[in-house]
Amino acid sequence: MANTPAEYIQHHLQNLVFGSHPVNGWSFAQNHEQVKEMGFWAIHVDTLGWSVFMGLIFLFLFSRVAKHANAGVPSGLQNLVEMVIEFVEGVVKDTFHGRNPVVAPLALTIFVWVFLMNSLKWIPVDYIPGLAHLMGVPYFKIVPTADPNGTFGLSLGVFILILFYSVKVKGLGGFTKELAFTPFNHWSLVPFNLFLEILGLLTKPLSLALRLFGNMYAGEVVFILIALLPFFVQPVLNVPWAIFHILVIPLQAFIFMVLTVVYLSAAHEDHH
Amino acid sequence: MNINLTLFGQTISFAIFVWFTMKFVWPPITAAMQARQKKIAEGLDAAGRAQRDLQLAQEKAAQTLRETKEQAAEILDKASKTANAIVEESKQQARSEGERLLVAAKAEIEVEVNRAKDQLRAQVAALAVAGAEKILESSVDAKAHNDLVAKLASQL
Repeated sequence: MANTPAEYIQHHLQNLVFGSHPVNGWSFAQNHEQVKEMGFWAIHVDTLGWSVFMGLIFLFLFSRVAKHANAGVPSGLQNLVEMVIEFVEGVVKDTFHGRNPVVAPLALTIFVWVFLMNSLKWIPVDYIPGLAHLMGVPYFKIVPTADPNGTFGLSLGVFILILFYSVKVKGLGGFTKELAFTPFNHWSLVPFNLFLEILGLLTKPLSLALRLFGNMYAGEVVFILIALLPFFVQPVLNVPWAIFHILVIPLQAFIFMVLTVVYLSAAHEDHH
Repeated sequence: MNINLTLFGQTISFAIFVWFTMKFVWPPITAAMQARQKKIAEGLDAAGRAQRDLQLAQEKAAQTLRETKEQAAEILDKASKTANAIVEESKQQARSEGERLLVAAKAEIEVEVNRAKDQLRAQVAALAVAGAEKILESSVDAKAHNDLVAKLASQL
Protein backbone atom coordinates (compact mmCIF):
# COMPACT_ATOMS: atom_id res chain seq x y z
CA MET A 1 0.00 0.00 0.00
CA ALA A 2 0.97 3.62 0.01
CA ASN A 3 3.07 5.49 2.53
CA THR A 4 2.62 9.22 2.05
CA PRO A 5 -0.82 10.85 1.97
CA ALA A 6 -0.35 11.78 -1.68
CA GLU A 7 0.46 8.21 -2.58
CA TYR A 8 -2.46 6.95 -0.51
CA ILE A 9 -4.88 9.25 -2.33
CA GLN A 10 -3.43 8.40 -5.71
CA HIS A 11 -3.63 4.74 -4.91
CA HIS A 12 -7.30 4.97 -3.95
CA LEU A 13 -8.16 6.90 -7.09
CA GLN A 14 -6.48 4.46 -9.45
CA ASN A 15 -8.56 1.79 -11.14
CA LEU A 16 -7.43 -1.75 -11.68
CA VAL A 17 -6.39 -1.68 -15.32
CA PHE A 18 -6.08 -4.66 -17.62
CA GLY A 19 -4.65 -3.73 -21.00
CA SER A 20 -2.22 -4.23 -23.77
CA HIS A 21 1.17 -3.06 -22.52
CA PRO A 22 3.86 -2.44 -25.18
CA VAL A 23 6.35 -4.58 -23.29
CA ASN A 24 4.33 -6.96 -21.10
CA GLY A 25 1.48 -7.60 -23.54
CA TRP A 26 -2.05 -8.06 -22.12
CA SER A 27 -1.62 -7.74 -18.37
CA PHE A 28 -2.69 -5.90 -15.22
CA ALA A 29 -0.97 -2.54 -14.76
CA GLN A 30 1.15 -2.55 -11.61
CA ASN A 31 1.75 1.22 -11.48
CA HIS A 32 0.81 4.55 -13.06
CA GLU A 33 3.51 4.39 -15.70
CA GLN A 34 2.20 1.11 -17.03
CA VAL A 35 -1.33 2.52 -17.05
CA LYS A 36 -0.17 5.47 -19.10
CA GLU A 37 1.73 3.23 -21.48
CA MET A 38 -1.35 1.10 -22.09
CA GLY A 39 -3.27 4.12 -23.34
CA PHE A 40 -6.71 3.51 -24.81
CA TRP A 41 -6.48 -0.26 -25.21
CA ALA A 42 -7.19 -1.07 -21.63
CA ILE A 43 -10.12 -1.96 -19.42
CA HIS A 44 -10.93 -0.85 -15.90
CA VAL A 45 -11.72 -4.28 -14.54
CA ASP A 46 -13.09 -2.94 -11.26
CA THR A 47 -15.38 -0.36 -12.89
CA LEU A 48 -16.78 -2.84 -15.38
CA GLY A 49 -16.98 -5.66 -12.88
CA TRP A 50 -18.79 -3.71 -10.20
CA SER A 51 -21.11 -1.93 -12.61
CA VAL A 52 -22.11 -5.21 -14.25
CA PHE A 53 -22.48 -6.77 -10.81
CA MET A 54 -24.76 -3.94 -9.69
CA GLY A 55 -26.70 -4.17 -12.95
CA LEU A 56 -27.17 -7.88 -12.39
CA ILE A 57 -28.43 -7.26 -8.86
CA PHE A 58 -30.93 -4.81 -10.31
CA LEU A 59 -32.05 -7.22 -13.01
CA PHE A 60 -32.18 -10.13 -10.58
CA LEU A 61 -34.39 -8.32 -8.07
CA PHE A 62 -36.69 -6.77 -10.64
CA SER A 63 -37.04 -9.78 -12.91
CA ARG A 64 -37.81 -11.95 -9.89
CA VAL A 65 -40.68 -9.63 -9.05
CA ALA A 66 -41.68 -9.46 -12.71
CA LYS A 67 -41.87 -13.23 -12.90
CA HIS A 68 -44.22 -13.45 -9.94
CA ALA A 69 -46.07 -10.22 -10.60
CA ASN A 70 -49.78 -10.51 -10.05
CA ALA A 71 -52.70 -8.25 -9.30
CA GLY A 72 -53.12 -9.63 -5.80
CA VAL A 73 -51.91 -8.05 -2.60
CA PRO A 74 -48.23 -7.17 -3.14
CA SER A 75 -45.72 -8.06 -0.47
CA GLY A 76 -42.21 -7.03 0.55
CA LEU A 77 -39.92 -6.80 -2.42
CA GLN A 78 -42.80 -6.46 -4.86
CA ASN A 79 -43.98 -3.39 -2.95
CA LEU A 80 -40.57 -1.80 -3.17
CA VAL A 81 -40.16 -2.59 -6.85
CA GLU A 82 -43.63 -1.33 -7.67
CA MET A 83 -42.97 1.85 -5.73
CA VAL A 84 -39.83 2.51 -7.78
CA ILE A 85 -41.60 1.69 -11.02
CA GLU A 86 -44.54 3.90 -10.15
CA PHE A 87 -42.15 6.73 -9.34
CA VAL A 88 -40.25 6.35 -12.59
CA GLU A 89 -43.49 6.01 -14.55
CA GLY A 90 -44.74 9.23 -13.00
CA VAL A 91 -41.60 11.10 -13.95
CA VAL A 92 -41.69 9.76 -17.49
CA LYS A 93 -45.38 10.59 -17.90
CA ASP A 94 -44.84 14.14 -16.68
CA THR A 95 -41.79 14.80 -18.80
CA PHE A 96 -42.06 12.70 -21.91
CA HIS A 97 -45.05 13.30 -24.12
CA GLY A 98 -44.31 11.05 -27.06
CA ARG A 99 -45.13 7.39 -27.37
CA ASN A 100 -42.07 5.27 -27.04
CA PRO A 101 -41.82 1.87 -25.31
CA VAL A 102 -38.09 2.31 -24.68
CA VAL A 103 -38.10 5.46 -22.59
CA ALA A 104 -39.71 4.23 -19.38
CA PRO A 105 -37.64 1.03 -19.04
CA LEU A 106 -34.58 3.07 -19.97
CA ALA A 107 -35.32 5.56 -17.23
CA LEU A 108 -35.91 2.76 -14.74
CA THR A 109 -32.64 1.07 -15.65
CA ILE A 110 -30.70 4.31 -15.35
CA PHE A 111 -32.28 5.26 -12.04
CA VAL A 112 -31.81 1.97 -10.26
CA TRP A 113 -28.47 1.10 -11.80
CA VAL A 114 -26.91 4.48 -11.13
CA PHE A 115 -28.36 4.45 -7.64
CA LEU A 116 -26.82 1.03 -6.92
CA MET A 117 -23.46 2.04 -8.40
CA ASN A 118 -23.46 5.27 -6.42
CA SER A 119 -24.41 3.46 -3.24
CA LEU A 120 -21.11 1.56 -3.33
CA LYS A 121 -19.69 4.76 -1.93
CA TRP A 122 -21.15 3.93 1.46
CA ILE A 123 -18.69 1.05 1.79
CA PRO A 124 -15.71 2.41 3.76
CA VAL A 125 -12.95 3.45 1.37
CA ASP A 126 -10.33 1.05 2.68
CA TYR A 127 -12.34 -2.16 2.90
CA ILE A 128 -12.41 -3.39 -0.67
CA PRO A 129 -9.00 -1.99 -1.79
CA GLY A 130 -7.49 -3.40 1.41
CA LEU A 131 -8.98 -6.79 0.73
CA ALA A 132 -7.77 -6.63 -2.86
CA HIS A 133 -4.30 -5.69 -1.65
CA LEU A 134 -4.22 -8.73 0.60
CA MET A 135 -4.97 -10.87 -2.43
CA GLY A 136 -2.18 -9.23 -4.39
CA VAL A 137 -4.29 -6.95 -6.54
CA PRO A 138 -2.47 -3.61 -6.87
CA TYR A 139 -5.47 -1.29 -7.26
CA PHE A 140 -9.16 -1.50 -6.67
CA LYS A 141 -11.66 1.33 -6.97
CA ILE A 142 -15.19 0.12 -6.56
CA VAL A 143 -17.48 3.06 -7.38
CA PRO A 144 -18.09 2.84 -11.15
CA THR A 145 -19.72 6.28 -11.30
CA ALA A 146 -16.58 7.88 -9.87
CA ASP A 147 -14.83 6.69 -13.03
CA PRO A 148 -15.41 8.89 -16.11
CA ASN A 149 -15.47 5.75 -18.23
CA GLY A 150 -18.48 4.58 -16.28
CA THR A 151 -20.48 7.77 -16.57
CA PHE A 152 -19.46 8.50 -20.15
CA GLY A 153 -20.36 4.96 -21.04
CA LEU A 154 -23.88 5.68 -19.85
CA SER A 155 -24.17 9.08 -21.47
CA LEU A 156 -22.78 7.70 -24.72
CA GLY A 157 -25.66 5.24 -24.76
CA VAL A 158 -28.11 8.06 -24.12
CA PHE A 159 -26.45 10.17 -26.82
CA ILE A 160 -26.81 7.40 -29.37
CA LEU A 161 -30.51 7.12 -28.48
CA ILE A 162 -30.93 10.90 -28.84
CA LEU A 163 -29.42 10.79 -32.31
CA PHE A 164 -31.38 7.69 -33.27
CA TYR A 165 -34.76 9.07 -32.25
CA SER A 166 -34.03 12.51 -33.65
CA VAL A 167 -33.42 10.93 -37.03
CA LYS A 168 -36.25 8.46 -36.68
CA VAL A 169 -38.89 11.03 -35.74
CA LYS A 170 -37.80 13.96 -37.87
CA GLY A 171 -36.05 12.12 -40.66
CA LEU A 172 -32.45 12.75 -41.57
CA GLY A 173 -33.43 15.87 -43.53
CA GLY A 174 -35.66 17.20 -40.80
CA PHE A 175 -33.02 16.71 -38.17
CA THR A 176 -30.35 18.42 -40.29
CA LYS A 177 -32.75 21.22 -41.01
CA GLU A 178 -33.43 21.66 -37.34
CA LEU A 179 -29.71 21.83 -36.65
CA ALA A 180 -29.14 24.29 -39.48
CA PHE A 181 -32.08 26.65 -39.09
CA THR A 182 -32.54 27.04 -35.36
CA PRO A 183 -32.35 29.34 -33.52
CA PHE A 184 -31.92 31.77 -36.48
CA ASN A 185 -34.05 30.96 -39.47
CA HIS A 186 -31.93 32.55 -42.18
CA TRP A 187 -29.65 30.93 -44.72
CA SER A 188 -26.73 33.25 -43.98
CA LEU A 189 -26.65 32.12 -40.38
CA VAL A 190 -26.58 28.37 -41.17
CA PRO A 191 -22.94 27.86 -40.15
CA PHE A 192 -23.50 29.75 -36.95
CA ASN A 193 -26.66 27.73 -36.22
CA LEU A 194 -24.88 24.48 -36.98
CA PHE A 195 -22.06 25.40 -34.64
CA LEU A 196 -24.48 26.32 -31.85
CA GLU A 197 -26.77 23.32 -32.26
CA ILE A 198 -24.04 20.72 -32.60
CA LEU A 199 -22.32 22.21 -29.59
CA GLY A 200 -25.62 22.02 -27.72
CA LEU A 201 -26.13 18.45 -28.85
CA LEU A 202 -22.68 17.42 -27.70
CA THR A 203 -23.12 19.23 -24.41
CA LYS A 204 -25.97 16.93 -23.47
CA PRO A 205 -24.00 13.71 -22.95
CA LEU A 206 -21.04 15.69 -21.67
CA SER A 207 -23.05 17.41 -18.97
CA LEU A 208 -24.83 14.18 -18.05
CA ALA A 209 -21.59 12.28 -17.59
CA LEU A 210 -19.55 15.04 -15.99
CA ARG A 211 -22.23 15.99 -13.47
CA LEU A 212 -22.49 12.47 -12.15
CA PHE A 213 -18.78 11.83 -12.33
CA GLY A 214 -17.91 15.13 -10.66
CA ASN A 215 -20.27 14.59 -7.78
CA MET A 216 -19.22 11.04 -7.13
CA TYR A 217 -15.51 11.70 -7.60
CA ALA A 218 -15.53 14.72 -5.29
CA GLY A 219 -17.46 12.78 -2.65
CA GLU A 220 -14.98 9.92 -2.98
CA VAL A 221 -12.01 12.25 -2.56
CA VAL A 222 -13.51 13.72 0.59
CA PHE A 223 -14.06 10.22 1.98
CA ILE A 224 -10.42 9.41 1.23
CA LEU A 225 -9.23 12.62 2.85
CA ILE A 226 -11.30 11.85 5.95
CA ALA A 227 -9.73 8.39 6.00
CA LEU A 228 -6.30 10.02 6.25
CA LEU A 229 -7.18 11.73 9.54
CA PRO A 230 -6.50 10.17 12.97
CA PHE A 231 -8.98 7.41 13.69
CA PHE A 232 -10.75 9.27 16.52
CA VAL A 233 -11.57 12.21 14.24
CA GLN A 234 -12.79 10.05 11.38
CA PRO A 235 -16.27 9.13 12.69
CA VAL A 236 -17.01 12.79 13.49
CA LEU A 237 -16.57 13.72 9.83
CA ASN A 238 -17.27 10.42 8.13
CA VAL A 239 -20.72 9.88 9.59
CA PRO A 240 -22.18 13.27 8.59
CA TRP A 241 -20.64 12.95 5.14
CA ALA A 242 -22.09 9.47 4.70
CA ILE A 243 -25.49 10.69 5.92
CA PHE A 244 -25.26 13.56 3.47
CA HIS A 245 -24.82 10.98 0.75
CA ILE A 246 -28.24 9.56 1.56
CA LEU A 247 -29.36 12.70 -0.21
CA VAL A 248 -26.65 12.90 -2.87
CA ILE A 249 -26.75 9.31 -4.11
CA PRO A 250 -30.45 9.08 -5.03
CA LEU A 251 -30.45 12.70 -6.16
CA GLN A 252 -27.69 12.13 -8.71
CA ALA A 253 -29.39 9.00 -9.96
CA PHE A 254 -32.65 10.92 -10.23
CA ILE A 255 -31.03 13.84 -12.08
CA PHE A 256 -29.38 11.51 -14.56
CA MET A 257 -32.71 9.82 -15.22
CA VAL A 258 -34.75 13.02 -15.53
CA LEU A 259 -32.24 14.68 -17.87
CA THR A 260 -32.16 11.57 -20.03
CA VAL A 261 -35.94 11.65 -20.33
CA VAL A 262 -35.91 15.39 -21.04
CA TYR A 263 -33.28 15.00 -23.78
CA LEU A 264 -35.19 12.13 -25.37
CA SER A 265 -38.39 14.13 -25.16
CA ALA A 266 -36.68 16.98 -27.01
CA ALA A 267 -35.46 14.50 -29.60
CA HIS A 268 -39.07 13.48 -30.23
CA GLU A 269 -40.39 17.00 -30.62
CA ASP A 270 -40.82 18.07 -34.20
CA HIS A 271 -40.91 21.82 -34.60
CA HIS A 272 -41.40 21.90 -38.35
CA MET B 1 -8.94 10.16 -15.39
CA ASN B 2 -8.19 8.33 -18.58
CA ILE B 3 -10.73 7.24 -21.12
CA ASN B 4 -10.23 3.74 -22.49
CA LEU B 5 -12.09 0.66 -23.65
CA THR B 6 -14.07 0.60 -20.40
CA LEU B 7 -16.26 3.26 -22.00
CA PHE B 8 -17.55 0.87 -24.63
CA GLY B 9 -17.80 -1.99 -22.20
CA GLN B 10 -20.00 0.17 -20.04
CA THR B 11 -22.12 1.30 -23.00
CA ILE B 12 -22.64 -2.27 -24.15
CA SER B 13 -23.64 -3.49 -20.71
CA PHE B 14 -25.94 -0.49 -20.41
CA ALA B 15 -27.62 -1.39 -23.69
CA ILE B 16 -28.04 -5.00 -22.61
CA PHE B 17 -29.51 -3.98 -19.26
CA VAL B 18 -31.96 -1.59 -20.90
CA TRP B 19 -32.98 -4.26 -23.40
CA PHE B 20 -33.52 -6.78 -20.63
CA THR B 21 -35.55 -4.33 -18.57
CA MET B 22 -37.64 -3.44 -21.57
CA LYS B 23 -38.26 -7.05 -22.42
CA PHE B 24 -38.63 -8.86 -19.12
CA VAL B 25 -39.03 -6.38 -16.28
CA TRP B 26 -41.15 -3.41 -17.25
CA PRO B 27 -44.09 -5.00 -19.11
CA PRO B 28 -45.09 -7.71 -16.59
CA ILE B 29 -44.80 -5.45 -13.57
CA THR B 30 -46.72 -2.54 -15.08
CA ALA B 31 -49.32 -4.97 -16.41
CA ALA B 32 -49.76 -6.44 -12.95
CA MET B 33 -50.01 -2.98 -11.45
CA GLN B 34 -52.63 -1.93 -13.96
CA ALA B 35 -54.57 -5.12 -13.40
CA ARG B 36 -54.49 -4.49 -9.66
CA GLN B 37 -55.58 -0.90 -10.17
CA LYS B 38 -58.52 -2.11 -12.20
CA LYS B 39 -59.36 -4.71 -9.61
CA ILE B 40 -59.27 -2.15 -6.83
CA ALA B 41 -61.41 0.24 -8.83
CA GLU B 42 -63.92 -2.52 -9.47
CA GLY B 43 -63.86 -3.50 -5.82
CA LEU B 44 -64.51 0.08 -4.72
CA ASP B 45 -67.28 0.34 -7.25
CA ALA B 46 -68.87 -2.85 -6.00
CA ALA B 47 -68.53 -1.68 -2.42
CA GLY B 48 -70.26 1.59 -3.28
CA ARG B 49 -73.04 -0.27 -5.06
CA ALA B 50 -73.43 -2.66 -2.14
CA GLN B 51 -73.67 0.24 0.27
CA ARG B 52 -76.36 1.85 -1.83
CA ASP B 53 -78.21 -1.45 -2.02
CA LEU B 54 -77.91 -1.86 1.72
CA GLN B 55 -79.33 1.60 2.28
CA LEU B 56 -82.25 0.87 -0.01
CA ALA B 57 -82.88 -2.45 1.68
CA GLN B 58 -82.78 -0.81 5.08
CA GLU B 59 -85.26 1.82 3.98
CA LYS B 60 -87.51 -0.83 2.56
CA ALA B 61 -87.25 -2.90 5.71
CA ALA B 62 -88.09 0.11 7.86
CA GLN B 63 -91.10 0.88 5.72
CA THR B 64 -92.31 -2.69 5.79
CA LEU B 65 -91.91 -2.73 9.54
CA ARG B 66 -93.91 0.47 9.84
CA GLU B 67 -96.66 -0.89 7.63
CA THR B 68 -96.73 -4.14 9.53
CA LYS B 69 -97.02 -2.33 12.82
CA GLU B 70 -99.92 -0.32 11.50
CA GLN B 71 -101.61 -3.43 10.25
CA ALA B 72 -101.06 -5.19 13.53
CA ALA B 73 -102.50 -2.29 15.45
CA GLU B 74 -105.50 -2.26 13.15
CA ILE B 75 -106.02 -5.98 13.56
CA LEU B 76 -105.74 -5.70 17.33
CA ASP B 77 -108.20 -2.87 17.37
CA LYS B 78 -110.64 -4.82 15.26
CA ALA B 79 -110.18 -7.93 17.38
CA SER B 80 -110.83 -6.15 20.63
CA LYS B 81 -113.89 -4.50 19.14
CA THR B 82 -115.18 -7.86 17.96
CA ALA B 83 -114.44 -9.41 21.34
CA ASN B 84 -116.34 -6.64 23.08
CA ALA B 85 -119.25 -7.10 20.78
CA ILE B 86 -119.24 -10.86 21.36
CA VAL B 87 -119.06 -10.43 25.12
CA GLU B 88 -121.85 -7.89 25.02
CA GLU B 89 -123.98 -10.16 22.88
CA SER B 90 -123.31 -13.15 25.15
CA LYS B 91 -124.28 -11.12 28.16
CA GLN B 92 -127.44 -10.03 26.46
CA GLN B 93 -128.25 -13.61 25.47
CA ALA B 94 -127.53 -14.89 28.97
CA ARG B 95 -129.70 -12.26 30.51
CA SER B 96 -132.64 -12.94 28.19
CA GLU B 97 -132.18 -16.69 28.58
CA GLY B 98 -132.18 -16.32 32.32
CA GLU B 99 -135.29 -14.25 32.25
CA ARG B 100 -136.99 -16.75 29.99
CA LEU B 101 -135.98 -19.61 32.26
CA LEU B 102 -137.18 -17.70 35.27
CA VAL B 103 -140.52 -17.02 33.69
CA ALA B 104 -140.87 -20.66 32.64
CA ALA B 105 -139.92 -21.86 36.10
CA LYS B 106 -142.39 -19.52 37.70
CA ALA B 107 -145.09 -20.70 35.37
CA GLU B 108 -144.26 -24.30 36.07
CA ILE B 109 -144.24 -23.70 39.80
CA GLU B 110 -147.62 -22.07 39.54
CA VAL B 111 -148.91 -24.98 37.54
CA GLU B 112 -147.48 -27.40 40.10
CA VAL B 113 -148.90 -25.43 42.95
CA ASN B 114 -152.28 -25.38 41.29
CA ARG B 115 -152.08 -29.04 40.60
CA ALA B 116 -151.08 -29.74 44.20
CA LYS B 117 -153.87 -27.53 45.42
CA ASP B 118 -156.30 -29.41 43.20
CA GLN B 119 -155.02 -32.75 44.41
CA LEU B 120 -155.14 -31.62 48.00
CA ARG B 121 -158.54 -30.34 47.53
CA ALA B 122 -159.62 -33.60 46.01
CA GLN B 123 -157.91 -35.57 48.75
CA VAL B 124 -159.38 -33.35 51.51
CA ALA B 125 -162.77 -33.84 50.02
CA ALA B 126 -162.25 -37.59 49.82
CA LEU B 127 -160.93 -37.64 53.36
CA ALA B 128 -163.81 -35.58 54.60
CA VAL B 129 -166.13 -37.94 52.94
CA ALA B 130 -164.26 -40.97 54.26
CA GLY B 131 -164.12 -39.45 57.74
CA ALA B 132 -167.76 -38.71 57.71
CA GLU B 133 -168.51 -42.19 56.52
CA LYS B 134 -166.47 -43.69 59.29
CA ILE B 135 -168.02 -41.46 61.92
CA LEU B 136 -171.49 -42.37 60.78
CA GLU B 137 -170.98 -46.08 60.34
CA SER B 138 -168.88 -47.14 63.36
CA SER B 139 -169.77 -46.98 67.13
CA VAL B 140 -168.95 -43.81 68.74
CA ASP B 141 -165.94 -44.21 70.73
CA ALA B 142 -164.23 -41.19 72.08
CA LYS B 143 -160.99 -42.89 71.88
CA ALA B 144 -161.77 -44.06 68.35
CA HIS B 145 -162.96 -40.65 67.43
CA ASN B 146 -159.87 -39.11 68.76
CA ASP B 147 -157.76 -41.46 66.64
CA LEU B 148 -159.87 -40.76 63.66
CA VAL B 149 -159.62 -37.04 64.12
CA ALA B 150 -155.92 -37.27 64.63
CA LYS B 151 -155.64 -39.38 61.49
CA LEU B 152 -157.66 -36.90 59.62
CA ALA B 153 -155.61 -34.05 60.89
CA SER B 154 -152.33 -35.75 59.97
CA GLN B 155 -153.65 -36.39 56.49
CA LEU B 156 -154.56 -32.79 55.85
